[in-house]
Amino acid sequence: MVTEKSILPLRVNNVTVSKRDKLILNNITTEIRGSGITVIMGPNGAGKTTLLRAMHGLERIISGKITWNLKQSEARGQQAFVFQTPIILRRSVLNNIAYPLHVRKAENALALAEQWANQIGLGTSLELNALFLSGGEKQKLAIARALICKPDVLFLDEPTTNLDGQSTKEIEEVLLSAQQRGTKIIMTTHNLGQAKRLASDVIFLNQGKLYEQTKAQLFFKSPKTTQAKAYIQGDIVE
Amino acid sequence: MNDIWQGVVAAFRLVVTLDSGLFEIVLRSLHVTLTAVVIASLIGLPLGAWLAVNRFRFRRATIALLNALMGLPPVVVGLIVYIILSRSGPLGVFGLLFTPTAMIIAQVIIITPLIASISHQAIRDLWAEYHDLLISLNTTRVQRIKTLIWDARRSLITASLAGFGRAIGEVGAIMIVGGNIDHLTRVLTTAIALETGKGDFALALGLGFILITLAVAVNMAIHSFSKTERTGRW
Repeated sequence: MVTEKSILPLRVNNVTVSKRDKLILNNITTEIRGSGITVIMGPNGAGKTTLLRAMHGLERIISGKITWNLKQSEARGQQAFVFQTPIILRRSVLNNIAYPLHVRKAENALALAEQWANQIGLGTSLELNALFLSGGEKQKLAIARALICKPDVLFLDEPTTNLDGQSTKEIEEVLLSAQQRGTKIIMTTHNLGQAKRLASDVIFLNQGKLYEQTKAQLFFKSPKTTQAKAYIQGDIVE
Repeated sequence: MNDIWQGVVAAFRLVVTLDSGLFEIVLRSLHVTLTAVVIASLIGLPLGAWLAVNRFRFRRATIALLNALMGLPPVVVGLIVYIILSRSGPLGVFGLLFTPTAMIIAQVIIITPLIASISHQAIRDLWAEYHDLLISLNTTRVQRIKTLIWDARRSLITASLAGFGRAIGEVGAIMIVGGNIDHLTRVLTTAIALETGKGDFALALGLGFILITLAVAVNMAIHSFSKTERTGRW
């Protein structure tokens, strides 16, 4: 729920994450504030997903600190996460969307979920087994389920990977409308076009290190590092 | 082949003549087994879920032990329950030996590890799938277990039905703790054992066919009631 006291800024201080002796994030420091869409970019293995998951508290960090403007326990309840492969509960579409409200014991959970289902174009599939939805519909369901509690911050991990143009457009519209309602969006993407369409600022990672964090326009117009330049031009990033 | 045919005829005759003795032992079989399955499911399903979700010391050993207990020899269970419930045993004061309650206790001990182990397996797989989402949504441990049990309900029904299958066909333990007393603790399996001992193979086979029909009917009824194998709508 978009709270009076802002959950932001999010501060990431000297965060290092390693898995099976492999360094995934190497001493990352950044701060995220504002109400736009922050896009984390970088080539495969850059650490984008790990950084996103670490910010949300899903990764164990071996050193450093991640802090919100609120207490950790309060901040957790005001975030939502949409995974690259949507996690679909073995329930109907309606009950999938209503699930976060059931967890919070909210009233009118089903009525609200129905509203969201109509909004994202799943209004005719309310009682359908959600596992039978198409890839795009599953992702829309996951986004509706994430947004139903009106989070202050929404994390999305490559939300439109493997989706066609129409589904991507619909999802981007949902995200923009959530952002206009006051939800801060932090997402990863490989899609440069999508980043140009959505991003207000960009964090560029490569091999676990943060190379750039700047306004989106500036990043795409005049990247400071050779790695970011190569990435934008579609070259191999060393 | 002749014996089998005679068995079919005997089963048919028992059913169409509405044999009161038959219906009494069928009802007792169902009462003992279904009660045991309900109790074992109430213990086994949450236990399986709890083991899937929680990390603690000796967890692996506990799961290995649970899996090993699936193969508990019913005769040994019967013997132990007999000793515990016998007049000189620690629970002898309750006078439960040679009652349907003793038979239920023995069956609960036999099938609880089976139900817990199968449900643990099903819920562990689902937990691996749901883990990130349930953590992300800040669910409590109880909410996670409830969600997993509900969403794995079809697999858990299978776990309970596996327990039912083992219990309805069980004879060793309930023979020892029930005593196969006519009009009190006689059930289909112990009646089959008795008739076989008496050499009345046709009647024993007839009872056997009824037992199989009963097991199939209960399974189908539960599948139908729980709407399994229906895709599309939940």
